[in-house]
Amino acid sequence: MAEQVDKSRPIANTKVFTDEETRRGYRLNKFAMSLCKPQNRDAFKENEEAFLAASDLTEVEKQLIRDRDWRAIMDEYGGNIYMIMKIGAVIGQGLYQIGAHQRGQTYEQFLDTRNASGAR
Amino acid sequence: MAKIVAGIGTSHVPSIGVAYDQGRQEEPDWKPLFDGYGPVKEWLKEIQPDIAIVVYNDHGCDFFFDKYPTFAVGAAETYPVGDEGWGRRPLPDFPGDADFSWHLCNSLVYDEFDITVCQEMEVEHGFMVPMHLCWDHDDGWPVQVVPVAVNVIQHPLPTAARCWKLGQAIRRAAESYGKDRKVVILGTGGMSHQLNGARFGYLNSQFDNDFLDKIESDPAALTAMTHQQIMEEAGAEAVELIMWLTMRGAIEGPVRQVHRHYYAPMTTGMGLIALEAAS
Ligand SMILES: [Fe+2]
Repeated sequence: MAEQVDKSRPIANTKVFTDEETRRGYRLNKFAMSLCKPQNRDAFKENEEAFLAASDLTEVEKQLIRDRDWRAIMDEYGGNIYMIMKIGAVIGQGLYQIGAHQRGQTYEQFLDTRNASGAR
Repeated sequence: MAKIVAGIGTSHVPSIGVAYDQGRQEEPDWKPLFDGYGPVKEWLKEIQPDIAIVVYNDHGCDFFFDKYPTFAVGAAETYPVGDEGWGRRPLPDFPGDADFSWHLCNSLVYDEFDITVCQEMEVEHGFMVPMHLCWDHDDGWPVQVVPVAVNVIQHPLPTAARCWKLGQAIRRAAESYGKDRKVVILGTGGMSHQLNGARFGYLNSQFDNDFLDKIESDPAALTAMTHQQIMEEAGAEAVELIMWLTMRGAIEGPVRQVHRHYYAPMTTGMGLIALEAAS
């Protein structure tokens, strides 16, 4: 089997969404995917605690969402960015806010690093 | 027969869709991107393809990791605009050509591509952004579409070489179709970008421009790249670029470049190349 992802050469500051990640993050990503349905978005916005309680997330995972801890969700708990963005959208934090948090920067600091930040 | 007359490689960044829906095309930081597609729009009006095959990936709209197909092909008369988590975009649904799609599916499977055949398929930004960048649609879409979804988000992904071979098989399928049709194929995604980890926002414009050179003149060199190489050099999410190879495999052989554009304002290298089969 020719290796396409070389696990002996981890890329710095990077999570490659492999089998380990998708298995680890399955519940969180599935929770996020449920927000493609408008009624779930409405329920989340109306009462976040009740919506979390009705989910099958673990207490740790629920706390990650309460804390908006995007860095940990992505780095440690198997979040897939395309799914996790859906949680951000309901909360009012877009991709670039999630990204800034992953970089350990404020949103403004992150925007300052871009070539033309009006294109957002 | 159906003839694949042209290929387009293009990014499909979701923020382009948001800017488009908000009518921000003339804002200084967005204008270069939208203006970059003008010549391609004009060229497509001239060549008037009947069918657009759009190779894209689903980012969690109609597919989830419970069952995520490696290759999925639409075989419907219409493809509704999906809801990715921020509501349905104000675009018309997309007309399909189920006869052509089923021919494609039959041909691909007997050609040893074991695709998932989709009689219902909701499309999302990976598919829609390239469509509205390339075609006006005030009176509905002027082409019929075939969505071809590729897994480029949950490893193991198909190899770059496999994506190229899929393009070759799509071409064989088209050429064995019983009706005359003019087909354009779009390979979408990328270019350099990374959306996870502290490396979020990583860009490599040199890699992107080199890729634009090679997709035209030396695509075989690109088919030899591993996912690891692409991710190291261009960011983890840049691996989407393997879908451009399906486009190029479908117009294998000499091509004429019609237009090329590149702009990297935020976190993704937004590339565009339009190629015509030089027959
Ligand atoms: Fe994408």
